[in-house]
Amino acid sequence: MSAPLLEIRDLHVSVEGKEILKGISLTVEKGRLYALMGPNGSGKSTLSHTLMGHPKYQVTQGQILLNGNDLISLKTDARGRAGIFLAFQYPTAIPGVSVANFMRTAMKARFGDQFQPKEFRKQFKSAMAALGIDEAFATRYVNDGFSGGEKKRHEILQMALLKPELALLDETDSGLDIDALRIVAEGINHLRGPALGILLITHYQRILNYVQPDLVHVLIEGKIIRSGGKELAHELEEKGYAPYEPVKKEALIS
Amino acid sequence: MSTQTIDVGANYEEQYGFHDPEKYVFKAKKGLSKKVVEEISGMKEEPDWMRQLRLRALEIFQKKPLPAWADLEILSQIDFENIYYYLKPTDKQSNNWEDVPTEIKETFDKLGIPEAERKFLAGVTAQYESEVVYHSLREDLEKQGVIFLGMDDGLKKYPELVKRYFGTIIPPGDNKFSALNSAVWSGGSFIYVPKGVKVAIPLQAYFRINAQNMGQFERTLIIADEGSSVHYIEGCTAPVYASDSLHSAVVELVALPHSHIRYTTIQNWSKNVYNLVTKRAIAHENSIVEWLDGNLGSKLTMKYPAVYLVGPKARGEVVSVAFSGKGQHQDAGAKMVHVAPETSSTILSKSISKDGGRTSYRGLVKVYPQAEHVKSSVRCDALLMDELSRSDTYPTMEIDAEQVQIGHEATVSKVGEEQLFYLMSRGLKEQEATTMIVNGFFEAFAKELPLEYAVELNRLIQLEMEGSVG
Repeated sequence: MSAPLLEIRDLHVSVEGKEILKGISLTVEKGRLYALMGPNGSGKSTLSHTLMGHPKYQVTQGQILLNGNDLISLKTDARGRAGIFLAFQYPTAIPGVSVANFMRTAMKARFGDQFQPKEFRKQFKSAMAALGIDEAFATRYVNDGFSGGEKKRHEILQMALLKPELALLDETDSGLDIDALRIVAEGINHLRGPALGILLITHYQRILNYVQPDLVHVLIEGKIIRSGGKELAHELEEKGYAPYEPVKKEALIS
Repeated sequence: MSTQTIDVGANYEEQYGFHDPEKYVFKAKKGLSKKVVEEISGMKEEPDWMRQLRLRALEIFQKKPLPAWADLEILSQIDFENIYYYLKPTDKQSNNWEDVPTEIKETFDKLGIPEAERKFLAGVTAQYESEVVYHSLREDLEKQGVIFLGMDDGLKKYPELVKRYFGTIIPPGDNKFSALNSAVWSGGSFIYVPKGVKVAIPLQAYFRINAQNMGQFERTLIIADEGSSVHYIEGCTAPVYASDSLHSAVVELVALPHSHIRYTTIQNWSKNVYNLVTKRAIAHENSIVEWLDGNLGSKLTMKYPAVYLVGPKARGEVVSVAFSGKGQHQDAGAKMVHVAPETSSTILSKSISKDGGRTSYRGLVKVYPQAEHVKSSVRCDALLMDELSRSDTYPTMEIDAEQVQIGHEATVSKVGEEQLFYLMSRGLKEQEATTMIVNGFFEAFAKELPLEYAVELNRLIQLEMEGSVG
């Protein structure tokens, strides 16, 4: 049997000396979509940033394997080229760098010799069209003055063009009105397929009305405390996270 | 994020830092004296008024102290007695590259000047040490009466026009270095654009220092007559030597009513050059003067392009970028002097410091009492690449009129960890990511340049950034 796309074993992660993830194990198989749900401060974004290799997040224990190979020793850029994609909750602005220039550079980095500059315009335009993005968007500066919806669509646009093997969608539903949410969800559904494993991180069940998960994990205080089918998400919507939180913490870490 | 210091000179050396053997038809003795000044004027067979102007300027230079507000730690290292003030590389000037002495021609070939001329320029002058060795102007422009010559030639052929404006915008006594330039000036460009003539494609001058301990003192005068327009571009490089060279130019622009002058500089001196330049324009009614000023390289740059807005509705603009690395100080800025009503000005200054480099913005906005309904906006953005580097802002505002709109904004930022993380998560290596952020920071400047220069600027920035991050 071949190794799963992503395998996390007993992962412990600290930020500035404080342990946030306290022994997480989970697996992502190709072709499947996993929802990771949890309240603010449960460690959801810590997990996505750790998987992407943010220098602030220290792995103190455990393993992360991508297709059976150690991931922890790779720097962020190598992970990106290896096919991991993080759709950011708060994408940062890069003033003066156009979306088109950024996209072309990123595709060159991701695909190396396989990148065909002549095909770029066509691919770029059709990916924008599929997400209902106006062509004028190409000349705007990356995330600079974008609305919440534009930021999220821009993330999904990148995902469409960079063709990752593993996509981490960090609160991709947050800050969206219902129309924007539907467009983004359609984009995600459109990209689902046998070659892609998705870990969708969310606080709310709302997006799961549009995107059907194969499995739902519940993360509370740095540990996965329950896993189940999509009915688990509905249960959380009704009852909230309170039943799973043993003690209410006063200070929460997002 | 680890940062290693690098020798940025390494790349420069290959590309621009080479030097030719020194072969000159005349090399003045080192140091500055009345005799040297008279020798220069004599060799050039100048009219007496110019000789007198030079001698007066020399006296002023010798009396004036270095400016007290300057970075004296670096500036006071200049040994004015250890500099060659005049080097004549060849006896003749040519308008055909084939007639330029082989070694000098090869230098300009390596720097890509003849190629650029063929591709996208309307005229070129090339200055090697003290003298212009090549100049050309497209025939159609010549027919329309456009004059584009080396300054010395301009003085010979159009003495009245030169005499009328020379030193009127920047008098020798303006500052110590304008006095020095006025005393020993040689080369530079003289441009006159007749009434109503629009020069659609740029004219370029290229300044090259080759010899060690050389001083280059070119003098440029551009006159745009009523309703005309012109875009002038200058580029500069020098070899990498252990000892220092001095570049001290004076540039005077005259924008007559309804004219438009754009003056673009992409300066890329080696890191042993003191670059002390005075640039000033006088803008008459309804005219526009734009300085686009790109400062890379040099040891110390002191340059504050100015526009005196003397006619109603005149407009001045300075967009400048500066890049400062180890051991460098880019002390740059702009001055806008509003003398007439309804004049407007914009200053945008962008600077990057890295590996302990230092940048300063030094600027002045002055509005005289009669200059009502003036608008001016100043924006300075500084980007620091590491903890060692430094950036300072010294803005001065002297507003003596009512009913004016003045805006000032200054920001200092660091290349953010989050920006790097975002770009690297898309597969960009750390250095690519940093270069992209830096190029983005300079975009407001680059987008104003002709495409070829924007590409060149990006490439220069890439060279500066290479190997800078681990």
